[in-house]
Amino acid sequence: MQELAARGIRVAAVSVDSPEMNHRQSQRLGYTFPLLSDPTAEVIRRYDLLHRGAGPGGADIARPAEFLIDSSGVVRWVNLTDNIAVRARPGEVLDVFNRMESTSGD
Amino acid sequence: MTKRTWNWALWLGFALVVTGFLSYTVFFARFAATRDFPWANLLLFSAGVVLIVTGLFRAFGKSRAYRGKVSGPILSALSALLIGFFCYVFFYQLREVPLSVGAPRPGQTAPQFTLRDQNNKPVSLADLLSGSKAVVLIFYRGFW
Repeated sequence: MQELAARGIRVAAVSVDSPEMNHRQSQRLGYTFPLLSDPTAEVIRRYDLLHRGAGPGGADIARPAEFLIDSSGVVRWVNLTDNIAVRARPGEVLDVFNRMESTSGD
Repeated sequence: MTKRTWNWALWLGFALVVTGFLSYTVFFARFAATRDFPWANLLLFSAGVVLIVTGLFRAFGKSRAYRGKVSGPILSALSALLIGFFCYVFFYQLREVPLSVGAPRPGQTAPQFTLRDQNNKPVSLADLLSGSKAVVLIFYRGFW
């Protein structure tokens, strides 16, 4: 995570949790990056990442996903896991970023 | 009649199965190597099953020497339930994720948004992108 920051890469996370819940979680886990609250799942829907009825009491939540977006706002890499337990690793993101830098540099 | 020996293999086997069941969330899910595929848990389950089968052979085959005719079937059934439930959750339920065919793909522009952060401050994608080389945007299920 520090390495991402050192390379000028920002991290932000989105879920349906409230800002209050996110405040508690970021304090508990020591997160320094923004935890963004999308209680109506509007942005989650915009990204087509809605997992209907998978939350508590059949609530709609986000399915896990990771995107690498370059400074011009273009998506450069997407990870849509097919298993909730399996997430992208920071090293993977860094590899993609390194490749992205080396191709855009020249 | 001589006192029959405690059938430890049954109980140790059951303990391994319980450990295999509980250790995924509390321990093995923390490391990528044991999280992406539950090798460690399946290994614990296998060792547990071998011991339970050994215990059952002792309980029923050498019933004069070993105890476990009652506890054996009970522990076996409980173990089967735990292993079955674990496999159901890991190999079926966790894979029940939407395909998200409409999600932004490489080369497409990421949809704009403005959402409140943990300090109730509005943050937009443009804010995140300004002054940074790239943004890793993570969507997660949430803590609720």
